[in-house]
Amino acid sequence: MARAIRKILVANRGEIAVRIIRAAHELGMEAVAAHSSADRDSLAVRLADEAVEIGPPHATKSYLDGEAILRAARHTGADAVHPGYGFLSENADFARAVEAAGLIFVGPTPEAIRTMGNKALARETARRAGVPVVPGSDGVVKDLDQALAVAEGIGFPIMIKASAGGGGRGIRVAADARELARELSQAQSEARAAFGDPGVYLERYVARARHVEVQVLGDGKNVVHLYERECSMQRRRQKILEEAPSPALAPETRERLCRSAVQLARAVGYRGAGTLEYLYDAERGDFLFIEMNTRIQVEHPLTEMLTGVDLVASMLRIAGGEPLRLSQQEIVPRGAAIECRINAEDADRGFMPSPGTITELALPGGPGVRVDTLAYAGYRIPPFYDSLVAKLVVCAESRPAALARMVRALREMRVEGVRTTIGLHRELLLSEEMRSGIYDTNTLERWVASRP
Amino acid sequence: MAQREILSPLPGTFYRKPAPDQPPFVKEGDAVKVGDVVGLVEVMKMFNKVHADAAGRVVRFLAENEAPVEAGQPLLVVEG
Repeated sequence: MARAIRKILVANRGEIAVRIIRAAHELGMEAVAAHSSADRDSLAVRLADEAVEIGPPHATKSYLDGEAILRAARHTGADAVHPGYGFLSENADFARAVEAAGLIFVGPTPEAIRTMGNKALARETARRAGVPVVPGSDGVVKDLDQALAVAEGIGFPIMIKASAGGGGRGIRVAADARELARELSQAQSEARAAFGDPGVYLERYVARARHVEVQVLGDGKNVVHLYERECSMQRRRQKILEEAPSPALAPETRERLCRSAVQLARAVGYRGAGTLEYLYDAERGDFLFIEMNTRIQVEHPLTEMLTGVDLVASMLRIAGGEPLRLSQQEIVPRGAAIECRINAEDADRGFMPSPGTITELALPGGPGVRVDTLAYAGYRIPPFYDSLVAKLVVCAESRPAALARMVRALREMRVEGVRTTIGLHRELLLSEEMRSGIYDTNTLERWVASRP
Repeated sequence: MAQREILSPLPGTFYRKPAPDQPPFVKEGDAVKVGDVVGLVEVMKMFNKVHADAAGRVVRFLAENEAPVEAGQPLLVVEG
């Protein structure tokens, strides 16, 4: 049932709240900024038509308080809620509560969020849709015999992972059957001690893994892809710089990768913007599905720059009941795009966060340059949320031209009053790793460690 | 018996416990030594320990768990 949105409540903060308000205004909608007491002076509040304070700074009492957000929506007469990224964006119960309140949730159905949010279920859905997943034991391994049989099938080296682990904790690598025999019991007792659960599972070990993800848009019936983003430049699993297209993919691999993403999104009747994350094994040349993010992503402007498609506006139109406007053939990537995440951190002091007041701000301009930011001169960056100050995005006719444009844009950009990672990006752009495009998810940390 | 305030080293969110389901680092009445951890301050998702810079007995807390705090704001009073 089509029901165009008139007034959207933005249940988020920072640059993504600004991004959503801008898209809403371009579509003739009113925008309400739901904000914490720490964000009264935010750019989102300034740009929105209305603002409602939903709680104190701590996110559990404001941006994660679904009840407070729904009260704000009712109070302002909003007919839809956009969750942005993070916070409640992948919370199926919140999506359901929004719908139960008679409002539109800008995103997929609660069922799709739940299915793709469950790692085992998402993996099973992928396999049934014919999408390759990281080969491994199906669930916890019972004993050494089973572990050896699984390892035989996948090949060595093999990774032992704690079921209750996460974020890189509780991982061991076994080079052969002897090591597996030794490491398995150690991994189990370690997992019991660290996580209170001895369960471990096995997964293929990929030495030089790249993180490549595919953007999709669906309207509940049809799904199109908007090509991939390369996100391997990471520090402690946080993306620092992204680019599109991935310099690692051959055209034929890209085609298969993007097609697999569409198959999987179609299998869950996907609605809205979503991203399928893959691990790309540069040595073997195969891609393996890891998980799906059922929301808009931080790095979405890369895709917008590369394809000219407005993803956030598309989300709002789809949520209002419109079908997809573009066929797959109409989505054409042009040239190359790069995004640098400018964080309020001191890269020379262990990436120590640097909240505070921005005393001076000079944003780069010129052709092919876009800045998505929460900042203005005189703005005080609160210490309660993440350190993202701005996303500097460039596009150009080729990768070398995009690299040159980013170097130029970084030279123009000035943020005074707080420490930022602008200087780090200037160095990174000139590095051999970035120039060659040959890097994996471990490259950035090695490069950071080798800096003088 | 002199009373001393222990100040937040950074702006952010103050936590009295290492994790939500764990007991506080110290309670009122507890004895602390110089260097003991008395709380955490979360700044932009990074957790920083707050160490006691005076020894003595904890008299009272001036900031609640999960309260927003400024750099230099008194968190608790120690008597010793």
